[in-house]
Amino acid sequence: MATPNRPPGEAPSPTAQGHTHHLLVALAGQPNVGKSTVFNLLTGLSQHVGNWAGKTVEKKTGVHRHDGWELQMVDLPGTYSLSASSEEELVARDFLLTERPDVVVVVINAAALERHLYLVAELLPLPVRLVVALNMVDVASREGGSLDVGALQRALGVPVVSMVASRNQGVAELVEAVVACAQSPAPPPRSPGIRADHAAVWQEITSLLAPSLPPAFPPGWAAAKLLEGDREITRLAREGCDPGIWPRIEGLLAAHEDGVLAVASGRYEWIARVVHTVVPRPRPGQVSLTERLDRWLTHPVWGLAALAGVFGLVYGVTFLVGSPLQELVERGLTAGLARPLRALLAAAPAWVSGFLIDGVLAGAGTVASFLPLLAIFFAVLALLEDVGYLARAAYVTDRFMHLIGLHGKSSLPLMLGFGCNVPAIMGARILDSRKARLLTMLLAPLVPCASRMTVILFMAPIFFGAWSPLVAWGLVLLSLGILVALGAALGQVLLRRERGAFIMELPLYHRPKARTIALQTWQHSAEFLRKAGTVILVFSGVVWAFSYLPNGRIEDSLLAQAGQAMAPLGAWLGLDWRLLVALLSSFFAKENAVATLAVLFAGGQTPHLAHALAGAFTPLAALSFLVAYTLFVPCVPTLATLRQEAGGWRWAALSFAMLLVLSLLSGALVFQGGRLLGLA
Amino acid sequence: MEGEVSLASIPADATAKVLHLYGGRELVTRLAALGLTPGAEVRMVQNFGRGPLIVLVRGTRLALGRREASRVHVLPAG
Ligand SMILES: Nc1nc2c(ncn2[C@@H]2O[C@H](COP(=O)(O)OP(=O)(O)OP(=O)(O)O)[C@@H](O)[C@H]2O)c(=O)[nH]1
Ligand SMILES: [Mg+2]
Repeated sequence: MATPNRPPGEAPSPTAQGHTHHLLVALAGQPNVGKSTVFNLLTGLSQHVGNWAGKTVEKKTGVHRHDGWELQMVDLPGTYSLSASSEEELVARDFLLTERPDVVVVVINAAALERHLYLVAELLPLPVRLVVALNMVDVASREGGSLDVGALQRALGVPVVSMVASRNQGVAELVEAVVACAQSPAPPPRSPGIRADHAAVWQEITSLLAPSLPPAFPPGWAAAKLLEGDREITRLAREGCDPGIWPRIEGLLAAHEDGVLAVASGRYEWIARVVHTVVPRPRPGQVSLTERLDRWLTHPVWGLAALAGVFGLVYGVTFLVGSPLQELVERGLTAGLARPLRALLAAAPAWVSGFLIDGVLAGAGTVASFLPLLAIFFAVLALLEDVGYLARAAYVTDRFMHLIGLHGKSSLPLMLGFGCNVPAIMGARILDSRKARLLTMLLAPLVPCASRMTVILFMAPIFFGAWSPLVAWGLVLLSLGILVALGAALGQVLLRRERGAFIMELPLYHRPKARTIALQTWQHSAEFLRKAGTVILVFSGVVWAFSYLPNGRIEDSLLAQAGQAMAPLGAWLGLDWRLLVALLSSFFAKENAVATLAVLFAGGQTPHLAHALAGAFTPLAALSFLVAYTLFVPCVPTLATLRQEAGGWRWAALSFAMLLVLSLLSGALVFQGGRLLGLA
Repeated sequence: MEGEVSLASIPADATAKVLHLYGGRELVTRLAALGLTPGAEVRMVQNFGRGPLIVLVRGTRLALGRREASRVHVLPAG
């Protein structure tokens, strides 16, 4: 941790540049309290919002302009306290302690006031300008607690603004409060104190520390951190202290190993006093909706049944509603656009119209037709997330994750993988054990992502008719089964019982918000279209070129020659060279598999890709292809993320090699097995 | 203390008061930040005797692994 560069208490420097004053404003708070909701409203950006703890794992910056002020807003990952125990919490804490924001907005949940004041209790002793954003007052009033905001403000000694961020209420007032706070002198830092039985030792350590700490760390706060056993503050104090003094502090700490609880209790005692003045009467105990739903949804048997049902429903809805739409769009895009384009290019050389129509349009156009499938899938996923179901799903999978040597919390990032594997790998930051995090990241590519799912939903009906839902389901289950099996094997080597602690908040169920769902669906759709318009478009053109050169015939093209060189491998899996090339092309983007097939069959007799494919391959070959495809190596962006998050190519290479072998082996097993059964 | 049991042994719907937390500093810091400090009231929401469990503490529902829950010692109410 770097030493802060501005002494505490000094007025923030709204450096006048023209007429604009600049402020650095951090959005801090415990997980799932609405920080990103506020951030999105103020900056117009679209950070991931949903109802579970741990979505934001990296800090993100955006700008909000207001009345001659330019606020540099920083959305931080949630932290329960300033004792960071996982990667994402470290990001938040380091930012707060070293970047010295001009104002720290700490967002707290009015419906769980006690718990959320814990972070406030840790921030108050620091030399920062604090504004408390009391969010979710709608939930609090529904639960029957009426809060006295004025009393809270007096008790805390810092500005308090009450908000319903999800309905954009109170956010403008928050900005006013931030700007006003930046211009007023910093309030004197206050300390919530410590439990009485440790007051003396805390005082003693505080006075020993006082002369030798950097100014950003008030001695009382640092003494509490030492008693908590905080590694970084301990290191800072050891390095900063007089060599004669440190051993005395160390002796005191050794004699008070139980200091952690005294510090935490001290904070909660202070909180109890604050809450007492703010909440006039205790809340009536009532069986809430959350409790009634959870009787079923977290039950070891019914909960798992519900999870299976929910996933069946997600795929079912996507398929039933999305597939007809996909077909419509596909016909419109490929056939509908091809005709006028062909007329337009009648005078151009054959290779120009070939490149544009049979290459770019056929490839990227067919892939773009997946948009309805993807949009529906992401909308349903966003709905589940916003309602608050995700944490429950993770909870009921705990049993399976134990087989691997992990626990239920790992399921949270893994479930993001059904959308896309990249955020799944990033999301593994919420795990506090480094080894568990690594294992989760290595397993994430085995979660079939939305791109793979659309390819499966497109291909399966072509070959399996009424059986296609079963085939699609089977492929998903196969992939997840291999995830568990591989996880169990890797866990033996990697984990050796280092599981990390399973501590996970179960949020209250919320009514889903149309805005959140629309935003997420739009964001994923736009990203998909961007991918179709760039990577996949270029790739389609390249595939076409290699299938055209050198003689203008597919049969002896460069691509065919390369494909035929791999024929022995293909023979094992029952894949002809075109399917093999399609499989390999999915390395760059999973949708490329269909783009490649569309290009390779575009010039043929049947105008419709589905017919062409059905005529070209047996169902057994198609099944072998789909199995190998579902398990194939992670796509390039996923590998790049894995390298970045795991720290080195080593792990990315391991993931690549493992899945390559698994995929080819499984495909071969299906094909050879099928042949033995006489299916070919 | 007399009557002290582990949180993992509290049946569903029963309430208890936290007495002490055992285990590594990191785990204790974490649990304490979430409200499981000595004196805190907890209500068991779900406990099937094996697997993870759910407790309600300071207005929040927490899912805990059995191992984590067994580090929290409580005094059952009533
Ligand atoms: N009822 C209600 N819900 C809210 C309010 N503010 C935010 N939410 C919802 O609370 C959930 C969490 O919001 P986020 O903005 O993702 O929370 P966060 O603090 O960024 O969460 P992490 O990134 O996981 O730490 C979302 O489902 C929001 O729609 C509010 O004032 N009232
Ligand atoms: Mg967030």
